[in-house]
Amino acid sequence: MNILVCISRVPDTATRILVGPDGKTIDTQGIKYVISPYDEYGIEEGLRLKEKNGGTVTAVTVGSEGSTDILRTALAMCVDKAVLIKADTHKDSYFVAKNLAEYAKEINPDIIFMGRQSVDYDSLQMPSMVSEFLGIPSVSVVSKLTIADGKATAERDVEGGKEIVEASLPCIISCQKGLNEPRYPKLPDIMKAKSKPIETREAIQTDEKVTVLGMSIPLKQRAGRILGDGDGDIDELVRLLHEEAKII
Amino acid sequence: MDINRNFTGEQILLRDTIRKFAEEVIKPKARELDEKEEFSVEITKQMAEIGLLACFLPDKYNGCGLDYVSYIMVVEELARVDGSHAATIAAHNSLGAGPLYYYGNEEQKKKYLPKFADGYLWGFGLTEPEAGSDAGNTQTTAVQDGDYWVLNGAKIFITNASTDITLGSTVLACTGTKPGGKKELSCFIVENGTPGFTTKAMKNKLMWRASNTSELYFEDCRVHKDNMLGKRGDGFHQMLGTLDNGRLSIAAMGLGNAQGAFETALNYAKTRKQFGKPISTYQATAFKLADIDMGLEMARNYLYEVCRMLDRNENITKEGAIAKLYCSELAHMASNHCVQIHGGYGLMKEYDAERFYRDQKLLEIGEGTSEIQRLVISRMIGCFDV
Repeated sequence: MNILVCISRVPDTATRILVGPDGKTIDTQGIKYVISPYDEYGIEEGLRLKEKNGGTVTAVTVGSEGSTDILRTALAMCVDKAVLIKADTHKDSYFVAKNLAEYAKEINPDIIFMGRQSVDYDSLQMPSMVSEFLGIPSVSVVSKLTIADGKATAERDVEGGKEIVEASLPCIISCQKGLNEPRYPKLPDIMKAKSKPIETREAIQTDEKVTVLGMSIPLKQRAGRILGDGDGDIDELVRLLHEEAKII
Repeated sequence: MDINRNFTGEQILLRDTIRKFAEEVIKPKARELDEKEEFSVEITKQMAEIGLLACFLPDKYNGCGLDYVSYIMVVEELARVDGSHAATIAAHNSLGAGPLYYYGNEEQKKKYLPKFADGYLWGFGLTEPEAGSDAGNTQTTAVQDGDYWVLNGAKIFITNASTDITLGSTVLACTGTKPGGKKELSCFIVENGTPGFTTKAMKNKLMWRASNTSELYFEDCRVHKDNMLGKRGDGFHQMLGTLDNGRLSIAAMGLGNAQGAFETALNYAKTRKQFGKPISTYQATAFKLADIDMGLEMARNYLYEVCRMLDRNENITKEGAIAKLYCSELAHMASNHCVQIHGGYGLMKEYDAERFYRDQKLLEIGEGTSEIQRLVISRMIGCFDV
């Protein structure tokens, strides 16, 4: 089987996110990046499918040079091929989907995996957009998958239960937690990953449909404090305003 | 300094992988295994699957071919989460696989080394009830009888020697007397299950309770002469060489323990409030954390520099001793502060602080006590050459 897995580079979920000086992007200084966790299920499912049926697994990402790190991780997990579609700045979903779809047209995969969403921008549009561009079915939020006779049978998480659906191949599977337990890269494979090639190509320039106007971090709501109601509490109030709040 | 400073991309990916593995696989079970004093075959097999039982062995023995820097990173990351599992890996690689790989002949290597990747352990039988720091005073004897050597004696505190997945141990024994009157020591490969060889897990330990520590007994245990490691009389030299390298893994355990204790203490101090403020904002707490951080920066830079020396095949007798001594004393300081910052809760098993505190203590004793390290250093700087 020809298996394509689309992955995305996101800040580690433990990272504290700050807004950058332009007010429209995040401050990337000191951020540790990882493969978006839902995409890891996609890599694992692709690898398992290959181990069962033979074939190749290709990992592709649209991103900057820094995204080679997550492709190396994918190679250490033993995908066969890694492709970086280079775009220097952050792009909207339409741009990324268009590029992924164009690449998919080239290699003609039997199945495409991607996370149900990337955990940074959470726009949740990638599976639907790519499937639209390719004219193939998209099955979203899949937590169990069986491939047989040219068909994908998938269990989907729906509110309060499960839905079982069938789609013909090729199709897009968007992966949900529970689909599998992604493997840890083995030490020898980590060491070998550096010598495996990463194919780099320039992104196809296309319109962006959505523009970010601004970003903000929710202000911490602080509970008010009542110090008391007597004259004796005033000194304490003054002290706190002076020492803690530092406004007088 | 940037934690990724001077590391290659592969080393960073390796560290991140081990950190994730330790957090996800070991951490959820560490406290319970420690409390039950239980060695986990299941976790050890999982560690084997990603290659941790064959860290620096080359590919031809199913190993990962890690350089020493990478291997030490593995140990540090495991110790950051749990001393017991770091001990299993450090002892197996440095003391188990190490001597077989460095001193064994090709036949011996082919027989044992490839099995480690499948999840089998090997022990290093050095310490005896009467021979701790004074390892030259080994009482276990091996007497030649035709094609066999007959072993008698006992070993104590041997890591990994009596699990269900242990294949055997390298055993130091006295094979005669040298011309000067000193004991002639040689190493033997002894498989578990050899008649006359019994092992017994030691219980009621203070620390590393989820790792396996054993007593070994030899009663007329007959070992074929082909099982001698290297040449007759090389045992003492082999042992010293093994310990020189092994010290770096103990140092890594100290660094990892200190890092884990530091993070635990810092997180707690920022959330625990007394007198209306997080206790991390009081200098009494803040300065403790600053001291640990300073130690971590120094220790990390020094230890990995010594690893690079070893990767270049330079002699590290003194540097290894310094790294081991400094990192283990740093762990002592860090885990002590960690408990202190936790106050009463630090004394309770529901918190990790007390486990860091207990686990660090071995590091000042095992693979050469702190006193022996100071002896090594003072010898190397010529204190006694007068």
